[in-house]
Amino acid sequence: MKYESVIGLEVHAQLLTQSKIFCGCSTQFGQAPNYNTCAVCIGFPGVLPVLNKKVVEFAIRAGLATHCEITRSSRLARKNYFYPDLPKGYQISQYELPICANGYVDIDLDGTSKRVRLTRIHMEEDAGKNIHDGHGDSSLVDFNRAGVPLLEIVSEPDMRNPAEAGIYLRTLRAILQYLDICDGNMEQGSFRCDANISIRPQGTDALGTKVEIKNLNSFKAIEKALEYETARQMDTLSEGGKLIQETRLWDENKEQTRAMRSKESAHDYRYFPDPDLLPVVIDEKWIDEIHTSLPELPGTRRSRFLSQYALPLYDAELLTSRRDIADYFETAVTIYPNAKAISNWIMGELFRILKERKLDQQLYIKTWPVRAEYLAELVQLIDQDKISGKIAKMVFDALVDAERSPQTIVKEKGLEQVSDVARIETSIDQILAAYPKQIADYRGGNEKIFGFLVGQVMKSMQGKANPQKVNEILKAKLSCTIST
Amino acid sequence: MSLYSLTLHDASEKLRKREISSQELIEAVFQRISDTDDDIRAYLTLCRDAALAQAKQADRRLQQESTSSPLLGIPIAVKDNFLIQGVRTTCASKILGDFIAPYDGSTVARLRSAGAVIIGKTNLDEFAMGSSAENSAFFSTRNPWNFDRVPGGSSGGSAAAVAADQCVAALGTDTGGSIRQPAAFCGIVGLKPTYGRVSRYGIIAFASSMDQVGPMTKDVRDCALLLEAISGHDQADATSVNRPVPKYSESLTGDIKSLRLGIPKEYFTTGLQPAVEQSIGAAIGQLEKSGAIIQEISLPHTEYAVAVYYIVATAEASSNLARYDGMRFGHRAAGKDLTETYMLSREEGFGPEVKRRIMLGTYALSAGYYDAYYLKAQRVRALIRRDFDEAFKHCDAIITPTSPTTAFKIGEKIQNPLEMYLSDICTISINLAGVPALSLPCGFDAGGLPIGMQIIGKHFDESTILRAAYAYEQQTHWHKKKPRLNQP
Ligand SMILES: [Zn+2]
Repeated sequence: MKYESVIGLEVHAQLLTQSKIFCGCSTQFGQAPNYNTCAVCIGFPGVLPVLNKKVVEFAIRAGLATHCEITRSSRLARKNYFYPDLPKGYQISQYELPICANGYVDIDLDGTSKRVRLTRIHMEEDAGKNIHDGHGDSSLVDFNRAGVPLLEIVSEPDMRNPAEAGIYLRTLRAILQYLDICDGNMEQGSFRCDANISIRPQGTDALGTKVEIKNLNSFKAIEKALEYETARQMDTLSEGGKLIQETRLWDENKEQTRAMRSKESAHDYRYFPDPDLLPVVIDEKWIDEIHTSLPELPGTRRSRFLSQYALPLYDAELLTSRRDIADYFETAVTIYPNAKAISNWIMGELFRILKERKLDQQLYIKTWPVRAEYLAELVQLIDQDKISGKIAKMVFDALVDAERSPQTIVKEKGLEQVSDVARIETSIDQILAAYPKQIADYRGGNEKIFGFLVGQVMKSMQGKANPQKVNEILKAKLSCTIST
Repeated sequence: MSLYSLTLHDASEKLRKREISSQELIEAVFQRISDTDDDIRAYLTLCRDAALAQAKQADRRLQQESTSSPLLGIPIAVKDNFLIQGVRTTCASKILGDFIAPYDGSTVARLRSAGAVIIGKTNLDEFAMGSSAENSAFFSTRNPWNFDRVPGGSSGGSAAAVAADQCVAALGTDTGGSIRQPAAFCGIVGLKPTYGRVSRYGIIAFASSMDQVGPMTKDVRDCALLLEAISGHDQADATSVNRPVPKYSESLTGDIKSLRLGIPKEYFTTGLQPAVEQSIGAAIGQLEKSGAIIQEISLPHTEYAVAVYYIVATAEASSNLARYDGMRFGHRAAGKDLTETYMLSREEGFGPEVKRRIMLGTYALSAGYYDAYYLKAQRVRALIRRDFDEAFKHCDAIITPTSPTTAFKIGEKIQNPLEMYLSDICTISINLAGVPALSLPCGFDAGGLPIGMQIIGKHFDESTILRAAYAYEQQTHWHKKKPRLNQP
């Protein structure tokens, strides 16, 4: 029997607010343990939560960008369970009436579009962090993360293989990054994912027994875990075994999942509306304001790049994967409209420098190593035959961190391309005179010698000669000599 | 007249005229406490040094400023579920261990800026759960009118302290009657404001949708003054309401001509002590004589109030009390692992009534029972609230007894939780509806125990109930009677 997997994902996205969701503490990452805490987020007696309005705004942004219905009066609810990293003994989350519901994300599968439906998006607070290692028998708790705002984004079980799940996650992450509400950093845990997966015979509609997988800390882990789990479930069924509804942990080292808890031992969270917080009432005007302030989202932008700039799909996808890069590209193209050339420079030279300097770890690069207007000018200089491609690479390197335009650099360094026939001829004549043996070889049929001769000419002109002209003249001269 | 027996407004006037100093007043009150508290046992913690320092400061301000704050230099007691920075807070529970509050609650902060002197923290039923102050993990407080009787609860310590002149005024909290019932039992004035009128930030939560801070005082004018000082919007409490605070003392005109007072028949049917029924009847007659229009009304869902309350309040409490887990503060038992540490800490730290309510509330919220209990209770709660909305279309305030009985004997009901719960039958609906209500003295039973009359108002209409209470008080002498404390 052929099986297909049925995958739904739950994403927890940490929001980029300055302060926590229910108190004024900073959300800054990497502080000393328990530095970003107060009576409220440590859950002291007598404290009360006050909802950070920015969190609601961010949730609405996410909801509108994923075509959700925005709940006009949503509620915060308490999820009750005991754990040392959970200060109040309950997490403030949403249960009935989440702030966003019934949306979708369109993902691109090699040029064809697929719709992944979203069940809901809700707001909640993060827990602290238990630290078990290095303290003997005891564990420590760091509450810096307690109360950092999260969006939980729950998809329908619409993905049919691990690769689709990966594409969905990357698409969703790009959307949140475009919205400037989450930095999407999986290593630091600001973009986390749990997966629900079941399998069923291909062509059937009924859902199989689902398994939840936790501890997925990278895109690679997610795809691997889903592959492993698909295989495990298929093996179990084909050996006549039975699957049970359970939660399994992904073991990164062993590259396998292992059982954590069964459905029977699952928590009863005793959700109920939090009486400390009023319903979150959202008026139309606010929604409209947020709607008009939404940036163009990656999918739309990619399509526009394809049609407006006639870029190949690969280029359009790569350039629009980040809002800052797409913005950079468009700034450059507005100044000088050779889209493909500019795209090549961005994907080649610029990306190399971004990686070297780890600038690609920033959510939105504000200070670029090479200004977009300079890159545009550089491409223009090439197109105008003012510099050669080879020289252009030198100029590009000189542009890094520079406050001088390419033109200035070219002038200062005397890098302008020489297309003057007389100067090129002089140089060629000198070379022809210097290498009689090679010329004889060439005439004997060794065509490789031509390239050597071009190289010598370019070298003698410090690489500034117009290569096309050098080619033409050299060829003419060599054939000329033959005929005489 | 001894300084300690002054009302707030009298003391304030004398301070202003510099007939007395705050330090003298505080000293007199502390002397009174040391003379009487071996019998009454109203206080869990005294803040003598801090109080004297505050009094000194108040005296300086009284000399320098022409302040308008009537609380400046006045000794106030607060229930021990209020957080005061640097002061031990027990909530009458062992689970808090030696917890020292790391911050001032909003009401305490308001008291401070008004210049009040906080003299100590009073006993209560553990986590404000109870009607007799017997559920304190430390000791029972006695009713100043009869030491064999309970002072009521849960704000029993505050009520007894006011009645015994161990403070000029006090604050309590009221979730199902915890200010009004002890006020009635101890013969003082107690007011539960509209839900949202006074901030809850910095009081230890019992049932968040009903908890409310309120004044407990020697007369109605004091009640108005203290309410004015503690009311108002607080950004730290999302359920606090942003609307102006009226000058409550200005509503004390003595005039209640044409005021429409509703008498709900449902409150006069079951288990009323004859003395209570008579006193309330007489009080209603007195109000009518003063010009009020008396009319019978109906609050048809009254009979469900106790059941609804004990589902909603316990559900919220079960969650509110989860933070007492022995991890970050308070009592921690030495368990062999995490689960055992949780279980033992809570086992040892909570008393039986608190455990009972945590279990009830946990059950009511459990999967499979939520709809039948919690959700249904919320629906009936909405009906109870609607009862009041309907009633207030026909009247301006509602009169009932505060409690069906006078103070019962210590030990009489502690073994029978259901009977104990029924002693709040007259006060519980008010918290479910969120409306304000006040209790004031309206007589004594044959044994010399005080009887309280409850006046219930519309949302945010504390002014009207204070006006009605003041008009009645002006015509009677009950509030002037004092208990004899040198009992055998
Ligand atoms: Zn905080």
